[in-house]
This record gives sequence, structure tokens and C-alpha cells, in this order.
Amino acid sequence: MADPSIETSSQSDNRLTPEEEQKRRQRNVAIALGLALFMALVFAVTILRLGGAVAERTF
Amino acid sequence: MTDTFISDGNAQAAPYERASSAFAGPSDYFALLKPRVMSLVIFTAFVGMVAAPGGMHPLLGAVALFSIAVGAGASGALNMWWDADIDAVMTRTAERPIPKGLVRAPEAAAFGLFLSGLAVALLALASNYLAAGLLAFTIFFYVVIYSMWLKRSTPQNIVIGGAAGALPPVVGWAAVSGTAPLEAWVLFAIIFLWTPPHFWALALFTAGDYERAGVPMMPVVRGDASTRRQIFAYSLVLAAAGVTPYFVGLGTFIYLGVSLALGAVFIWRAWDVLKSSVHDHLPAKKLFGFSVFYLFALFAVMLAENLAGLHG
Repeated sequence: MADPSIETSSQSDNRLTPEEEQKRRQRNVAIALGLALFMALVFAVTILRLGGAVAERTF
Repeated sequence: MTDTFISDGNAQAAPYERASSAFAGPSDYFALLKPRVMSLVIFTAFVGMVAAPGGMHPLLGAVALFSIAVGAGASGALNMWWDADIDAVMTRTAERPIPKGLVRAPEAAAFGLFLSGLAVALLALASNYLAAGLLAFTIFFYVVIYSMWLKRSTPQNIVIGGAAGALPPVVGWAAVSGTAPLEAWVLFAIIFLWTPPHFWALALFTAGDYERAGVPMMPVVRGDASTRRQIFAYSLVLAAAGVTPYFVGLGTFIYLGVSLALGAVFIWRAWDVLKSSVHDHLPAKKLFGFSVFYLFALFAVMLAENLAGLHG
């Protein structure tokens, strides 16, 4: 892990170093997976809790 | 996430105050959740869920447990945000992501708040409002009552603050049954009474750390001798509390035997601490290690008995 006290590329310009880019990519993937998991859980919980009621309703 | 590195006119600031999150990976954010504490929360909450009467769909149960774990982790992140300054001067906590300069404190706060909201909402969806409310209260108690108020103001900090760590089995119980009866609070009482001897044993051999950080832990404020006496007193009460699940139907005679034996060892370890010299930290280290095993073993026996159908 790089020492954050070391000057990063963002001090001189806005370009990221390869390591910073890699970390950003990892963070983005983690956020995407986290959101996908959250959506899947809410969907599954909704189906489980409401599914029966929906199936048994009268039209 | 690509924050500008702030260095102008900030030469005296601590590393974490000048941090950039550019180098932070997912594992650094995961570390904010205090995974080891989270694992204990998951375990005790699971025991609460299994011990509670009734049942719930396994997937809903898994989501509820996941929510409790995320809620606990979120409170850990908020604690690290608030305590970044003292974490930085304590050896035990200096490697945490914020003092190490890997994650900016405000980001940890946002991360913790976001996850708190998510966890409470998900628990409400998966189980009921009582469980969700208890989880929200647990997070509030740990962050606001313990971290922000008690931790830096009184040597009773971990005594009262221990309530936050003791609530997960009650939350788990409420998630399954929608209630929080006496039996759930028996589990709460065990963890609540376990917290002071556990943390004071740790504080006895890390008192220098706490003193440097200005945290009024018992050994720093009242001294070693008083702390040792209080550890022993709490150990007696804890050993008694450890037996009570048997009397409220949460344990069989097997649990009774195990809890009596473990309680006796706990008291013996605490006695060793009481009688040790000020510079001998070995008994305190042994008690600290045993206290973790003690809590795990009590809950594990309760869980095993439940899963084996011994509780009817």
C-alpha cells in the first residue's frame, strides 16, 4: 500500500497514477456489486413477503 | 473519490487530515466496518434469532442477519470517523484506514451514515419495525452515546457503552419473533456484564495508549488496583449472569454445567489479575483472551442445544 503522504499525481495535475487508477477501478466495481446485491436483496425480500399475497389475491 | 490533495498551509495537520482517498481500495473501506467486532455481532445476533420462538423464511433470516451485520459495521465506520484523532495516537488503532491516511474522515462518516440507513431499511423490510428500530437505536447508542459522549468523559464509558454491543441478540430475537421479552434481555445482560472485565483487562496492558490519547479508561483514571478489584467484582456478577439462561429455558443442564465451569475459570482468571503485581500483565492478557472464548462458548452451547432440538 502506498504511503499517502507521498505526493500523488493529483497535486501537480489531475491525471491519476496507474496505482490510483487501479484502486479507483476496484472501488467502482465494489460499489457496483454492492448496489447489485442491495437490489437483489430488496427484490428477493419483496417477493418473499408479498409473493403469497399477490398469488392469492382475487381479480 | 479523486479528491484534491490538500497540503497548502496544513503542514501541522495529522496525516489523516491531509489524506487522499486515491489509494484506498475496497478492503480499506471494509476495514472501516471493524470486521472482527462484526463477526461477534453476527454470531450473537444469530443465537438470538435461533433462540427466539417462531421462525422465519431462511432467506429473510439471512437478510435480517446481514442487515444487523451491516448496521454494526456502519456504526464501526462512524466510530472510526469520530475517533480518528485518538486512533492516530494509539498503537492498537494507528493502522486503521483513517489514521493511516488511506480514507478521509468525512468519507468514512458518509459511508457509515449511508450503510446505517441501508441496514435499518433492509431490516425493516425483511423482518419488522421493532427489530429495525432496535438496530437504529444500537447504532445511535454506539456512535452518539458511547463514542461522542461517554468515551472521552467518564471511566464508566465502556460500562454504559457496552449496551450497544449487547443489543445484537435482542435485535436478532426481535427480527424473528417481533418481540423483545425477558429471555432476550438475559442474553443482553450476559454481554453487557462481560464488557467491563473484557475491556478493562485489555486496558490494563494498554493503559499507556489510552493515557496518551486522553481516553479516561478505568486504569488511567482510578489506577490499576481499583481496576483489578472492579474486574473481579464484575466477573462474579458475570459468572452468575452466565448461568441464568438455564433458568429461563434458554439452556439445558448441559448449558448449566458448561456455564458453571466457564464461570469458575473466569473468576479464577480474574482472581489471578487481582493478585498480580502492577507490572505483571500476563494475567490480564490471559483473562482478556479467555473472556473472548467464554462469551463465544456460552453462546455456542446455547446455539448447539437449540439446533439439536434440546429446547423443545
